[in-house]
Amino acid sequence: MTSIGTGYDLSASTYSPDGRIFQVEYANKAVENSGTAIGIKCRDGVILAVEKLVHSKLLVPNANRRIQTIDRHIGLATAGLLADGRHLANRAREEASNHRETFRVQPPLKIVVDRLGGYTQAYTLYSSVRPFGVSSILGAVDKDGPGLYILEPSGVYLGYYGAAVGKGRQLAKTELEKLKLSEMSMRDAVFEAARIIYLVNEDANKEKEFELEMTWVGAETNGLHVPVAQALFDEAEAKAKAAMSEDFEES
Amino acid sequence: MDHAEMQRLKAGEVNLGTSIMAVQFEGGVVIGADSRTTTGSYIANRVTDKLTHLHDRVYCCRSGSAADTQAIADIVTYYLQLLTQTNGEQPAVQTAAALCQKMCYENKDKLSAGIIVAGWDKENGPSVYNIPLGGGLFRQPWAIGGSGSTYVYGYCDATYQPGWGRDRTVQFVKETLALAMSRDGSSGGCIRMCVITEEDVERLFIPGDQLPRFWEGEEVLGVNSKDKDAHNSSRAQDLSMAVDA
Amino acid sequence: MDHFPTNWGRPRNDAIDLYGTYPIHSRPGPTTDAFSDGVQRTQQPIVTGTSVLAIKYKDGIMMAADTLASYGSLARFKSIQRLHSVGEHTVIGASGDLSDYQYIQSLLDEVMIEEFSAADGHSLSPDEIHEFLSRVMYSRRSQMNPLWNSILVGGFKNGKRFLAYVDLLGTTYSASTLATGYGSYIAQPLLRKAVEGNEDTLTEEQARSILTQSLRVLFYRDARSLNKYQIATINAQGTHISDPVTLDTEWSFAEGIRGYGSQTK
Repeated sequence: MTSIGTGYDLSASTYSPDGRIFQVEYANKAVENSGTAIGIKCRDGVILAVEKLVHSKLLVPNANRRIQTIDRHIGLATAGLLADGRHLANRAREEASNHRETFRVQPPLKIVVDRLGGYTQAYTLYSSVRPFGVSSILGAVDKDGPGLYILEPSGVYLGYYGAAVGKGRQLAKTELEKLKLSEMSMRDAVFEAARIIYLVNEDANKEKEFELEMTWVGAETNGLHVPVAQALFDEAEAKAKAAMSEDFEES
Repeated sequence: MDHAEMQRLKAGEVNLGTSIMAVQFEGGVVIGADSRTTTGSYIANRVTDKLTHLHDRVYCCRSGSAADTQAIADIVTYYLQLLTQTNGEQPAVQTAAALCQKMCYENKDKLSAGIIVAGWDKENGPSVYNIPLGGGLFRQPWAIGGSGSTYVYGYCDATYQPGWGRDRTVQFVKETLALAMSRDGSSGGCIRMCVITEEDVERLFIPGDQLPRFWEGEEVLGVNSKDKDAHNSSRAQDLSMAVDA
Repeated sequence: MDHFPTNWGRPRNDAIDLYGTYPIHSRPGPTTDAFSDGVQRTQQPIVTGTSVLAIKYKDGIMMAADTLASYGSLARFKSIQRLHSVGEHTVIGASGDLSDYQYIQSLLDEVMIEEFSAADGHSLSPDEIHEFLSRVMYSRRSQMNPLWNSILVGGFKNGKRFLAYVDLLGTTYSASTLATGYGSYIAQPLLRKAVEGNEDTLTEEQARSILTQSLRVLFYRDARSLNKYQIATINAQGTHISDPVTLDTEWSFAEGIRGYGSQTK
């Protein structure tokens, strides 16, 4: 970054001479330092999975969840500042509830994401605020079928078949690209998600403690966004761990 | 506090003392209305169009205060345009109905509006929603409304069958409205109908002098009685004169 | 025909319109009263539902209501649902204004989504839903703008039965048999006689028969009722609302009735 230290990075309301907004780019740095989050849009549902780095052994297991529920059918996984993620989730809940109240229908994901995108973008315009330090993965099954989006600190949102944000996103994307996502069943996708999270942790955060967090929504869950059933979760996690040790032995 | 005055029209207000109707069939909906608008017993407009466009494939039939229902229709039209632009797809009939319902419910103490919303959408195909006075929302295969409707509930219950095609449905709407208009002084004029399908919206018009006709009564005691015998004829004449007076 | 059911059955105002020349739909009458400046008007129910009945039985709660939405004396919608599941453990049933009831349903839906989104492993229990409703109802009556309903809340959670009432004033009470509207006069004595003291022994079949019998009497005597009803069961298996069922009724005894006194032919 050529212009660092020249004063163009102090405010979201100021461009650098080459047309960049450094505060937004710094927000992306906050995301890059975070444990990886991935999303898979499969045949009949969506899986969200997070590598939640546990920075202290004193923390209660499963505390500080990074996948949140927005509406019955919408889930949101974040990478970046946890508190910003919670704020964004609350805003998303308001938008969904508002849409439901006005139109008496289940809010479609694309509308919730669009409204959230507009909200996020507004935080890149003013000197009095800082952009959100999170990239969010939003997943849902609605009237248009399964949907998966990434929302970035700039306010940009894009639809994906497979999504990855956070520190290990490059490797995660490489792994996701190998899969035939749109033909995959939800159950199979859970195993892949668990495997990928363990793989990227091995690669990027090997020395750090982490918890796997996984939720799903779709045919298997009656259209509700809920944590992956414990038995399946345990099975997928055990298999992912086993795959890691195999690799270790091979190398 | 006199509850009875609450739902009364404001002084001098234009009333759609009305007969309106919507019926769904395989592939579309038929909506219809009379064309009479009254202030008191004066017909302010005898060729009113009460079939109001809300969106490409969503219409409503309005009854109650003309001012109130036009205001609601205008606002809903605006919302649906906005929604179409932001969502990039045609709105569902349910959405239009929910918007009307919201306004009727939240302002129930200020409005007198009975609205039927009907149309076709990609998700649900044809559908009909009834929003009566208090602002409730009720989906029905067929709906009738307005002051004239109370005379034809029995006719509709006895006549309607699910599974009709377009033409039979049009006939049902036309005949029901004609019956309602013939008994309700606040309804009358012509019949306007719309057939809303995925492909298009077709307007149908029945002039006031070509309405379907049904039994119109006969003066049993009058001069024209056919089977009166000679013995009674003078007496019958006296009676009919008394009636005429 | 007068379009407004609130005018129905009211005499014409002879002081102003002696010969009934005025169009009925705009019948004249006093436009103000002594308090019209100072009193905020409450609304009135327009599209209405009649009684709801509910009892405790061995396995939980059973609730019943007919499927009619009346518009004054007009039976306007004959197939609407007045029993409504709220989450996994609760059913509510309402009499009174149905637009207000629909509003209450959407309010509860919003709250249930809020609770679901918390994803904390808890869901609202029947007594919490009842308490919430009572606060909403009381708050609205205090704004002189009540939600015009009487509501029964029935639930079963963690092995416990719950049955309580709340109305447009925010009044609440609980008992092993409850009824709203006409049902509180006609059905309640029948329900009490059959249920009180037997709450823990009544089978599902017996409970169903008690409610059906009460609905039948209501159909005979309530001019705003219908012979089509639904029954909800709330028990350890969760909530279940039946499809609409038609009541069997008895009229054959009437055939031999003659006149109104000593007449025999």
